[in-house]
Amino acid sequence: MTFRDRLTSAIEGVSVHKSRSALTVLGVVIGITAIMVVLSVGSGAEQLIVGEIQSFGPRNVFLLPGQQPSGPIDAGGTLSNDSLTLRDYEDLQNLPHVASVVPYVFTNVTSSFESETYGGLIMGSTAGLFDVFALSVSEGRAFDDIDVSSQAAVAVIGQEVKEELFGFENPLGEKIKVKNIPLTVIGVIEKKGQGSFVSFDSAILSPYTVVQQSIMGIRYFHRMTIESDSVSAVPGLVQDIETLMRDNHNIDDPEKDDFFIQTQDDLVASVTMITDIVTALLFLVAAISLLVGGVGIMNVMFVSVTERTKEIGLRKALGATRDDILYQFLYEALLLTGGGGIVGVIMGAALSFLASLALKAFADISFPFIFSISGAVLGVVISISIGLFFGVFPARQAAQKSPIEAIKYE
Amino acid sequence: MSLITVNNLSKVYTTNGVETHALRGATLTINKGEFVSIVGPSGSGKSTLMQLLGFLDRPSGGEYLFEGKDVNGFSDEELAHIRNKKVGFIFQTFNLLPRLTVLKNVTLPLIYAGIGEPQRTQQAQKTIDDVGLTDRSTYEAGKLSGGQKQRVAIARALVNSPSIIFADEPTGNLDSKSGEIILGILQELHKKGNTIVIVTHESFVADAAERKIHIMDGMITSDEKVTKRRMVGEEAFQK
Repeated sequence: MTFRDRLTSAIEGVSVHKSRSALTVLGVVIGITAIMVVLSVGSGAEQLIVGEIQSFGPRNVFLLPGQQPSGPIDAGGTLSNDSLTLRDYEDLQNLPHVASVVPYVFTNVTSSFESETYGGLIMGSTAGLFDVFALSVSEGRAFDDIDVSSQAAVAVIGQEVKEELFGFENPLGEKIKVKNIPLTVIGVIEKKGQGSFVSFDSAILSPYTVVQQSIMGIRYFHRMTIESDSVSAVPGLVQDIETLMRDNHNIDDPEKDDFFIQTQDDLVASVTMITDIVTALLFLVAAISLLVGGVGIMNVMFVSVTERTKEIGLRKALGATRDDILYQFLYEALLLTGGGGIVGVIMGAALSFLASLALKAFADISFPFIFSISGAVLGVVISISIGLFFGVFPARQAAQKSPIEAIKYE
Repeated sequence: MSLITVNNLSKVYTTNGVETHALRGATLTINKGEFVSIVGPSGSGKSTLMQLLGFLDRPSGGEYLFEGKDVNGFSDEELAHIRNKKVGFIFQTFNLLPRLTVLKNVTLPLIYAGIGEPQRTQQAQKTIDDVGLTDRSTYEAGKLSGGQKQRVAIARALVNSPSIIFADEPTGNLDSKSGEIILGILQELHKKGNTIVIVTHESFVADAAERKIHIMDGMITSDEKVTKRRMVGEEAFQK
């Protein structure tokens, strides 16, 4: 029997048993679609978050107050800590290889203009803020170092703040009130969209001198970004910062540090850890659906081969060899699981793509669409293996019976 | 010329440790061109004998020479080849693949024989014509009447021009008229020189053959020429 004849009889076997074939294919499709979507969305999320972190640039070092947290960063817990001082800020600028130091303070406030109010974040910093976060000003101007040193009561506002407070009016030159302090709007930031650490669309940016003294009444900083002049200088810079900070804060024992440092690598590592955990959990869910799909395939294949023992006996009586029988069932299983695999991969990719479109359209998150090759390969390999095993193994058993035993099998 | 020679052929089935002696030492010879019936009540071992003679099962003991060759040592591959080329089967329950067309069913043995297109389709179609089913060849086999199904089965048995045709109760599932047509076809085939072995429990079916072998409790009790052979009318075949 030629390859073509074996394939043809497999195609006939698949096409004359339509509902049975459809059930097998469905099992494969469900399993593969699930695993593809999970892996695709998982790696999309990871890529989105890691991409955000990397957009800060590998030359940046973050300085935070308090003890190095052991788990994922607890952002809220570090905000009331007052250990980062103005002196630290000034001294850090004199370290070798430091290109710039940008300090931040931030708090949630309600701002108002005439009868309109808006609740959002106010962030106090230096002009360097605009470089660190790659913010561009679409109307007016950013604040500069002179605004900072002269404590100029000025504000650069996000798009959402502008829309809520001013509608279609021109905000430039108007005074908004934050905690009864009037701030003159000098600029508007270009729309950035979601997905950043900080949603700048809903933020008000002012010189830190104003936010610290007039609005919050504090003298410390919540964060600092220290930009190195080169990537290779980062490890040395981290040590220099530690030495300087311990010196400034009179700390002998590194265990008692009241600050901690994060590089981009640290952030990526900690975020990757979180997304990896989430992906692993999702993967488990997908593996269960693959298992369920697999059990479906298993059942249908097993039952169908058992049912077809009579057919196997008859074919043997007409002159089919064991190999003829085995190859027919092998090809049938390959057609069903392979066909289901292709449909599953296409559906999985389509659903992941739709998910990324939906996130973009409804949540304004530019979620990347990732075709999960590992998901596709894994799903297809597992489905085909299950199909082959449970299609061919019982067929082999049946083909070893004598023709009459198989024909009479009930 | 002797086509089949068996000596002391036996078959023992073992189910759940219990041995059943279905055939206890059958010895017989079938010559080329003979029309033999094997008769006996149900459970007598007549079907077992036919299954052994037709290579559908292997004997537990005894000697089997087919065309002068000892087939006991044949491999599965060789047996598949013999079943395909040398033997045609007609079963009581037809055993067609019901979802395939008549033509496809009849082509199956040719496919396993490795005969390519267009020869195999031509050959199958010609055999279908011979059993009078020309206009049914594209029908699904499962949708035919019992008599038509059995004619498809005959075409399938004939298509590879076998040395011998085995028919196991070929009229058992048919009404008497359809049964007569089938017997008529078998007699016609015999007239053309085919060797035919038919298994039945009905003596009027057995009497259509030339030679009658009685079997009882797994043993051959008589082997004789049919004295008053019943010829099925030509007109039955035409219908």
